[in-house]
This record gives sequence, C-alpha cells and structure tokens, in this order.
Amino acid sequence: MMETAIKINNLNVFAEKSQILKNINCEIPKNKITVILGPSGCGKTTLLKCMNRLTDLYPELKVSGEILINDKNVLDPDADIYKLRQSMGLLSQRPYPLPMTIYNNIAYALKLRGVKGNRKISLLVMDYLRQANLYEEVRKRLKEPASKLSIGQQQRLCLARGLAVNPEIILADEPTSALDPISSRFIDEKFQEIKTNYTIVVVTHILRQARRIADHVIFMYLGEVIEQGPAAQFFENPREEQTRLYLDGMFN
Amino acid sequence: MLISLSLVAFLPFLLFSVLYFKSFLLLRDFGLGQLIFSHSWHPSRGEFGFYPFIIGSIWVTLLAILISTPICLLTAINVTQYARKRFLRIMHPVIDILAGIPSVVYGVWGILVIVPFISRYLGPWLGIKTMGYSILAAAFVLSIMIIPFILNIMIEIFKTIPMELKEAALSLGSTKWQMVKHVLLRKALPGIIAAVGFGLARAFGETMAVLMVVGNVVKVPTSVFDPGYTLPALIANNYGEVLSIPQYDSALMFAALLLLVVSLFFNLLMHFFISRYNKY
Repeated sequence: MMETAIKINNLNVFAEKSQILKNINCEIPKNKITVILGPSGCGKTTLLKCMNRLTDLYPELKVSGEILINDKNVLDPDADIYKLRQSMGLLSQRPYPLPMTIYNNIAYALKLRGVKGNRKISLLVMDYLRQANLYEEVRKRLKEPASKLSIGQQQRLCLARGLAVNPEIILADEPTSALDPISSRFIDEKFQEIKTNYTIVVVTHILRQARRIADHVIFMYLGEVIEQGPAAQFFENPREEQTRLYLDGMFN
Repeated sequence: MLISLSLVAFLPFLLFSVLYFKSFLLLRDFGLGQLIFSHSWHPSRGEFGFYPFIIGSIWVTLLAILISTPICLLTAINVTQYARKRFLRIMHPVIDILAGIPSVVYGVWGILVIVPFISRYLGPWLGIKTMGYSILAAAFVLSIMIIPFILNIMIEIFKTIPMELKEAALSLGSTKWQMVKHVLLRKALPGIIAAVGFGLARAFGETMAVLMVVGNVVKVPTSVFDPGYTLPALIANNYGEVLSIPQYDSALMFAALLLLVVSLFFNLLMHFFISRYNKY
C-alpha cells in the first residue's frame, strides 16, 4: 500500500457567483508524480493553489473543507502558512524570476528558509543551480538580472529556487506550457529523477505529457473529480464514461 | 499626419529658440554666470540676479516632493495590496476630483488654512517668528496639489505587477510585507522614479497656488519659514507691466528659458534613472 502525502476531504471553493471546486475528495501519493488532468478552466489550478494557500491572495474566494498534509490541516486559519508554503516548491506556468540577480533569486529563498552565513549560502546557491542544470550556463553571470535569461533558463532558475526552500512537495502548474521542447523535456525528466525525494503534483491539460510522466492521475471536469487512480489503470482501463471520452479526444 | 508629427516634434525646439532669442539681450549684457549666481535683483537699477528665484523654486519643489512622495508610496501600496478592492473603487474618483481642482482654489485654501496654521501654531510652537507666507506654506500646498498626480501613476504601476510574481514570492515563504519590500518595490522602482519625476516637473512649473502663499519676497531664504519667490511667480507677477523696459522684458523671458531648461533636465534625468533601473 502506498503512502499518502496529501489528503483532500470535501474541498469546496466558491467565487462570487460560481462554484469553482465541487466537493473534492482525493489522495496524492508520496514520492510519486501525480498529474491533475483536465480541460482548461476545470479548476485544476485553483486546486493546486488551495494546497499552499495562495488562495488567500484572492479575497473573493471562499474555501472550505480539509487538506491534510502530515495530519495537519492546511486550511486551518491558525496554520503557519509561511512554514507551510516552504514545504512546497511552486513552479508556475510562465517563469516569474524575482526582480533581482540570478544569484539572489536563490539566495533570497535560502534566507527566507533561515540559512545564515554568506559562504554557506553561496555553496547552496551553486548546488541548487547545478540541480536545475543551470550552473554551467550562468556561472559567469550570477550577478546579472535574472530577467536577462531565456524563458527556458528562467524556468530552470524558478525550479532551483523552488527546491531551495527545501520542500517535501513540488507543485507545478503547467510548468512546460511556455517552454521550448528541449526545456520542456528537461523539466519532465528532472521530475522523474527527483521524485524519490519529493512528492510532485503537476497540473496539465496535455494528455501526452500526462501519459509520459504520471504515476497517479486525478482527472477533473467542471470543478469535480471524475476519476482518480494509478496511471496504468487510468489510461488503459478507465472506469468512467467521461474519462474514456476524454482519452479518446472526443470531449467538448 | 507627418506634418502634424513634425510640428509636435519641432515644438520644444521652437519654444526654446523664441525664448533664447528674446532673452538674448540680457544674456549679452550680463553673461549666464552672473545672471544665475548674482543675488541682487533691482530691475530699476539694471541689476538682474536670478539666484533668489532659482533657490526659492528649488526649495519649494524639493520640499513638496519630499512631503508627497512617501505619502503617495504608502497610500499606493496600501490601496493596491492591503485594502479591499471596494476601497480602490472609491479612491479613484476622489483622486480624480483632487486632480481636477483649479490651482487657484488650492491657493485660496492655502491662504485660509496653511498660512495661519504656520504663523499661529507651527511657528510659535517651534519658537520661530514667521508671518506664515513662506517656503513651507508653498511646499505644503504644492505637495497636496501633486499628490493626486503622483498617486495615480503609482497605483497604476502597482496594479500592473503580475499576480504570479506575488505568488512566486509568497510561495517561498515570505510574509506579505517582505514580498512588498523585496519584490514589489524593486519591480516598481522605475515606475516610482518616473512618477516622482513627473511630480517634480509639475511642481517646478506650478504658478498660481505657489504665488499666493510663498510671500513673493526677493531674498535668498535661510529657512523654510522665510518667504521666498519662485521663477513662475516672477513671470506671472510682472509680465505685462514691464514691456516698456527692454531689459526687464528680456529678464522675464530668461526666467521662462530657465524653467524650460530645468524641466527638460528633469525629463532627461528621469529617463536616465528609468533605463538604469529597468533591467529587472
């Protein structure tokens, strides 16, 4: 039996006029890549943002239910959201480097995590850049603004930054949709490589990508979870009619 | 279209050359250095020193910017990052109303409120004798006048910062204030400089409200409680009376030329800073 990293119970999200997520119940296995799959606008991103409470930024959203990580409810108003967010690295659709140098983008994350001492920070910055396969390309320009990098490099920098907070979970929201094929493949392969140490949740609407990387799939449609299960079973032998239609490309 | 375009592009140059031509008489007789640095202003004796006006203008402008910039910055951050959305919807018309009030109304308000406040309360409280009409009064009135302009730009700047950048900063575990301080402010810096530069240019050229409260005494001010005189006020107060004296007329043109050059200088400086800080 696999271990569960995140357990979501009766999660509902209301916007001013509509309901974005309807009674979500699902489990995300530990040290696996879980793909949240579904057509655009079905609430995948909102589900992801609930997990690290970025929904707090949008006062118009009303969130109810439970998201349990290590038996603690993320949605508890008294939860330490700063610690909590540091336990999850975020990779967004387009890379958003902080308005600082390449070096400081990662050093900033380290400082927030509480790492002290310039020497230690500098060693760790190099280390995380290497982990994201970026070090060789940028080692001579660490003091340059991060915005000077190409989009693919920026996304790798964001990955390095996400890893630098030392998370247990990585949340990725269509992390390759803005990237060229080579950078995309790197991100996908990197996820495969590091999943033994992290629990990875990837949102995507691209079926091919889901087939390529998923160990576990949560399929969503119109704010509801339609089907969830191990990737092999989900793709080969789906239980629900809607899933079958979606996999055959017959949707909409 | 091309004609109108070239006309617009040509306009500053045209303005400059007309003013230069008109003030040439004075420049020829005295030379630039003496005009700018001489303290004595006695047109009837043929002495034209612009130093008191230049210093008066600089004091009033810088003081006004110093007062209004922090107010605008904090307000813009509060309204866009902390307050409810509804509040921003109320703020916008209020700011527009403030921006639309004629400057003479601000001047009257300054005479009725700020000047007595300084002469009766602030001055005595600090143990300084002042009649209220002063550099400080002008700076107060001016700062209130430019707040809506600077604030409007700053609000727009903070509104255009993408939500995802904030999410990125917060996802690293920063608090909201850390996010504002380390990420938003840095991202917004070129825009903030532009807003301040815009306010500076406006403040430097503002005539009516300043003229009404600054005191109009030709003397280099030694403290902010002293009365002063500004370049625009000099032109506005005297133009029309002096056409019979060619040198005096030329002196006012020179004041206008100075204003033009200084505002051009502000503009260039602003562009320099924006391009310098825009790299992030």
